[in-house]
Amino acid sequence: MTQSYYGQPVLKEPTWTWEIPCYFFTGGLSGASSVLSMSAKLFGNEKLSRTALYIGAAADAVSPVLLISDLGRPERFHHMLRVFKVTSPMNVGSWILLVNGGASNTAAVLELLGILKPIKLLAEFVAALFGPPLATYTGVLVADTAIPVWHNARQELPWIFGASAAASAGAAASMFLDPSEAGPARRLAVAGVVAEGALMQTMELRLGEVGEVYRQGAASKFSWAAKALAGGGAALLATRGRRSRGAAALGGAMVCAGELCLRWAVYKAGFQSARDPKYTVKPQRERANREGSKASTLPA
Amino acid sequence: MGSNMAENHPVGFQWVLEARERGAKVIHIDPRFTRTSAMATKWVGIRAGSDIAFLGGVVNYILQNDLWFEEYVKHYTNAPVIIGEEYLDTEDADGLFSGWDPEKSKYEPTSWSYEGMETHGSAGERETKGHQSHGGHGGGLSHGEPPSEDPDLTHPRCVFQLLKKHYQRYTPEFVSETCGVSVEDFLFVCESLTQNSGRERTSAFVYSVGWTQHTVGVQYIRTAAIIQQLLGNMGRPGGGIVALRGHASIQGSTDIPTLYDTLPGYLPMPHAEDYGGFENFVQSNIAPTGWWGKFRNYWVSLMVAYFGPHASEDNDWLFHKLPRIDEDNSAYWTLEQMLNGKVKGYILAGENPAVGNANAKAHRNGFAKLDWLVVRDLVEIESASWWYDSPEIESGELRTEEIPTEVFFLPASAHTEKDGSFTNTQRLLQWHWKATEPKDDARSDLWFYFHLGKRIKSKLAGSEEKRDELVQLLQWDYPTHSALLEPSAETILKEIGGYETQSGKALGGYKELKDDGSTACGCWIYAGVYKDGVNQAARKKPHWEQNYVAPEWAWAWPDNRRILYNRASADPAGDPWSERKKLMFWNGQKWDGIDTIDFDETKPPDYVPPDDAEGPDAIKGDHPFIMQADGRSWLFVPQGISDGPFPTHYEPHESPFDNTLYSQRANPARQQHKDAPWDPYNPIEGEPGEELFPYVMTTYRLTEHHTAGGMSRSVPYLAELQPAMFCEVSPELAAEAGLEHGGWATIYTTRSAIEARVLVTRRMKPQTVHGRVTHTVGLPYHWGQRLLTSGDSANDLMHAALDPNVHIMETKAATCGIRPGRRPRGKALIEFVESLRAQTAKTRPEPEESRKT
Amino acid sequence: MSVLETSGIDAWGDEKHERMGFFTDTSVCIGCKACEVACKEWNLIPADGQEFLSRSYDNTGELGSETWRHVAFIEQEKPLRADDGSVGLRWLMESDVCKHCTHAACLDVCPTGSLFRTEYGTVVVQQDICNGCGYCVPACPFGVLEKRHMPAPEALPAFLGNKEDGRVWKCTLCYDRLKGGHEPACSHACPTKSIQFGPLDELRERADQRLAKLKHEGWNGAQLYLRDPDDGIGGAGAFFLLLDEPEVYGLPPDPVVTTADLPEMWVNMATAAAVLAVGIVGSFLFGRE
Repeated sequence: MTQSYYGQPVLKEPTWTWEIPCYFFTGGLSGASSVLSMSAKLFGNEKLSRTALYIGAAADAVSPVLLISDLGRPERFHHMLRVFKVTSPMNVGSWILLVNGGASNTAAVLELLGILKPIKLLAEFVAALFGPPLATYTGVLVADTAIPVWHNARQELPWIFGASAAASAGAAASMFLDPSEAGPARRLAVAGVVAEGALMQTMELRLGEVGEVYRQGAASKFSWAAKALAGGGAALLATRGRRSRGAAALGGAMVCAGELCLRWAVYKAGFQSARDPKYTVKPQRERANREGSKASTLPA
Repeated sequence: MGSNMAENHPVGFQWVLEARERGAKVIHIDPRFTRTSAMATKWVGIRAGSDIAFLGGVVNYILQNDLWFEEYVKHYTNAPVIIGEEYLDTEDADGLFSGWDPEKSKYEPTSWSYEGMETHGSAGERETKGHQSHGGHGGGLSHGEPPSEDPDLTHPRCVFQLLKKHYQRYTPEFVSETCGVSVEDFLFVCESLTQNSGRERTSAFVYSVGWTQHTVGVQYIRTAAIIQQLLGNMGRPGGGIVALRGHASIQGSTDIPTLYDTLPGYLPMPHAEDYGGFENFVQSNIAPTGWWGKFRNYWVSLMVAYFGPHASEDNDWLFHKLPRIDEDNSAYWTLEQMLNGKVKGYILAGENPAVGNANAKAHRNGFAKLDWLVVRDLVEIESASWWYDSPEIESGELRTEEIPTEVFFLPASAHTEKDGSFTNTQRLLQWHWKATEPKDDARSDLWFYFHLGKRIKSKLAGSEEKRDELVQLLQWDYPTHSALLEPSAETILKEIGGYETQSGKALGGYKELKDDGSTACGCWIYAGVYKDGVNQAARKKPHWEQNYVAPEWAWAWPDNRRILYNRASADPAGDPWSERKKLMFWNGQKWDGIDTIDFDETKPPDYVPPDDAEGPDAIKGDHPFIMQADGRSWLFVPQGISDGPFPTHYEPHESPFDNTLYSQRANPARQQHKDAPWDPYNPIEGEPGEELFPYVMTTYRLTEHHTAGGMSRSVPYLAELQPAMFCEVSPELAAEAGLEHGGWATIYTTRSAIEARVLVTRRMKPQTVHGRVTHTVGLPYHWGQRLLTSGDSANDLMHAALDPNVHIMETKAATCGIRPGRRPRGKALIEFVESLRAQTAKTRPEPEESRKT
Repeated sequence: MSVLETSGIDAWGDEKHERMGFFTDTSVCIGCKACEVACKEWNLIPADGQEFLSRSYDNTGELGSETWRHVAFIEQEKPLRADDGSVGLRWLMESDVCKHCTHAACLDVCPTGSLFRTEYGTVVVQQDICNGCGYCVPACPFGVLEKRHMPAPEALPAFLGNKEDGRVWKCTLCYDRLKGGHEPACSHACPTKSIQFGPLDELRERADQRLAKLKHEGWNGAQLYLRDPDDGIGGAGAFFLLLDEPEVYGLPPDPVVTTADLPEMWVNMATAAAVLAVGIVGSFLFGRE
């Protein structure tokens, strides 16, 4: 029987609000889009490259606004850049976002204006280089807490977020292209959705009792919404989306909505995991009984 | 016992924990398992109101098992004294002592006197109705030795045998049945106490209002005094009976402003009777033996302090002009007068009767009959705001526009805003200095009374009225300082401590007081607090730089004596009882040791007083209890206590149980307000409506709040710690009454009904008393209608039956009913209470016969 | 354990002081809450609001931005000592506080450098730097830190949208009092020396002796919590003597600083990032359509 103090939580729930799961989405979208854009350029698909570039830059522009809005003292956002601190994923991520966002928006502006091509290429390259870190570091960010459902999923989360980012980037690009140009994007979206789904299943299985929050409350609702929307959207992309512009747009939007829901599911799961003390206490108590705990010094 | 020290004296309690750490057994005997119990080595859950049964059982255990400290008892107590043959014990008269006058509802104590002696009280034939006598003033003993004694303690009428007889039925089984404790627990206490007393070890009792707030309150303490005398624990280090007072300086407030019938230092206020002159007055108060023998010196010095040169031998120190007390003028008596419209005005200083006094509702109604009321306090307490915000306003019983009373609220300074002293439970005066100026109109008490006095004097300066003469003669020229014209607190302390009128030199102690006008002293027991011109109360030498008595930290009255009666820490020959418990001892020339000896410093242990000796000289060298006429501690109290020479188990005024020892159920001498419509009583066993109030009710304090709440419910940091009025009930009571943990309950008596949140806890235990299970409802009494955290007042439920010696209410044990849900509001509240009363006997029939009181 | 050494008092050079901390001995706590009040008074912390929680005598609830000392009350039907005999009731009382961990997750994850290690070895939030990102809040394995939602006296004008204080607040171990040569407000106010302040190694020694004494006297459940430098947070600067399992008091039984796993998390992330990149490139290998 897990003991607690009047059933009260041991941990504190995160202070983050709606902007954060939305940022997970936009950050992932822009991170993967940078790579998609560069890859498209390398394979000679200029339309896809440009679409992904603009999508990535837009997402990169929205991201900091979301993050700053969530801060308790938004006017002090620049304090994030006072230091470079490897033990703080949020600090590292702020730098990554700065570089990727700066690069992608520079490239987008230069593309629009059609000038300074070498600089634009450099910017695109930098954005693509920082894209994958941008898309995956947020997994480390949530895992680097005491929240059991996040910390215990530290192996899967960067991969899940990466896959989700890939799906979002592919799906978003598919919305704005003729299907004949969008093949790689569609494939990326479908592969991303499949990978993300498989990885989520793996994670929940490995989490055991701690993972049950994904089957309860808001986390469960978002989780199902994610499966339905992303799954349905991927199916649509893979079938009618290959011929119909409309179906591609719808399918792409559904995948994006689904992946946004996926981020919300993970976000909400963290709150639920903090709220019930058993998730914190039980595994620790079992470990302490099994291996002996140094946290408690018993009399000799 | 009768104390929740950890919660109400947390700072002092650290020393109890210190003792516990060194292996002391800390036993907590209390109806509730409190934060003190949590720290104790043992908790014994006793039924509220049954302590004398328990303690009497301990006395019986000691006597039956011969565990009393023989040498101590024989020499230091009045155990050998033979009592007159008219004396009848409660064992003889079924719960009454001899001398009971049912007409007057009081005892005539002549039959209690020592054989061959008159009691002092009869000299001067003074009416003792309501009079607070401070026992030990006399007994008219010659040589300080009682005429009749049996040193072998075998005479059937010697105190020792009478004691044995009185408690012989207080067996462990009786204790168990009456108190709801197991025989095992009771014997544990007895064994612990007796094993830890004697030459090598001492035990201490600690009590507070859990003992005093009963209709037999004084007798509770008396029983402990008997135990401590039998075990030889009085006047010894680690022994004694420690009275924990309830406020930082309530000891000081009884020492100096005192009570309605005493003057500073517990000198008696003269009564409105013809003593036959000043000398007779002195004689009726003087004790021929003991330190009260110097009564004249204390009296005269006080008069000189008040009136300066206006008081002289020629005018008997203005004795004839002094105001006189007519009878009882205690708080509840005054309340009754208020309700009858006989009190014009009232000044409340730092007190909140609208919340803090028993039958608080009656107090609020009483205020509404005054012409004027002055309230001095830190915040606008309920006693200042009742006229627009109170349960009576809510119910319509009082209407603001119809209340004639003019209420003046005058803000008072906090202790940080003035110089002054606190006198604590150890009789220690500790000085403090002002840290900051008071805000706005807030003023200190010294400022208020000084300037009030000045204005009154000025208004009466030209008066020809006889009654104004004394005011005109009052010496009132204290120096002031600061822009506020604050009177000098240290000057006043110096006057309290006494000085020579000619030279102004501060006195060293009360032994230097004279009766010829050459000394002035505001309070004889405080004499010497300014010894050598130094504010002794302001000394701050830390305890780690001194021995454990720490005489250089502050100053204790009298004479900086830390342990009273410490001559008793040495045996009759003057040697310590043991090396381990050494405190004071005779070194061949004088009494020596780390404390101030509470004895004549040069009187040898083998001193025998000559026939014509008087005052302290009439006390033998081996009789340590020098404030008593015979120099001995009193197991049996021949005079001075109005309800019996021995404590007797009586049930509380309101109780679910009958008295199984005697037909006399409760204290016959207790003060009741017969047929007073404002103080109805819950029915007892056999009376109609008894099933309405089946539970024991007890009130108490919490650490987080202070008494009636003015000082704590107004502070956000304290208000949030205990933010709501609540009751504590056992899971069994909750189940029986349908109460929900965290929900609401209504608690009711024939006085009123209140509501409280419910805290269900195993710390309240059902008790099996006289074969049936009884429950207790616990109520903190801090809440009132105002301030940051507000709620109903527990005292609205309480009756105002009182202890006859000191007029203290019985707020620790009464009866009540309880039901789930919030209470009726407005008119519905009155109707509800009326419906309860209708089911009980309307008026109290004459006592004794029908009520088995 | 974490390879990231965070006991940063070494960084102070000449200003370095020996490490100071708290030993809270709950066996002598009388539940008076003087610590709660003294802390609030000294640090000018706003009152939290009044709510009757019906959790024994605990109406404070938990540590947070407005509560830096919280006294817990637990009523149990268990005797205090093994040989107690009849009643078998005990009432545990404990003054909880920020643990000032040796390996402090809050300090590790703080992105602005607001949280820092003082020359006394304590962990303090610099209120002029904290921008209220809230990362430290879920990082703390004890649930100590919290964002303050109450209005700040110096809050910016409303049009900037910031009416709340928005920063994270916690126990500073009275950093200002230490600099003045005083002990913290709570230990100063504690009447029974339940809260003891001093050099950490001295406190640990004293605690060991205390534990041995309680064992000798037969106290049930006596244990030191977070005393051991080899535990999951490297031992605490503020450690405890408890009379039951930590979770009974609302404390985690075997907390590990999250940063301990961070190195492998970065490596894992790098791999995922690489695979992501490869995967994106790979989606071009099947043609344009």
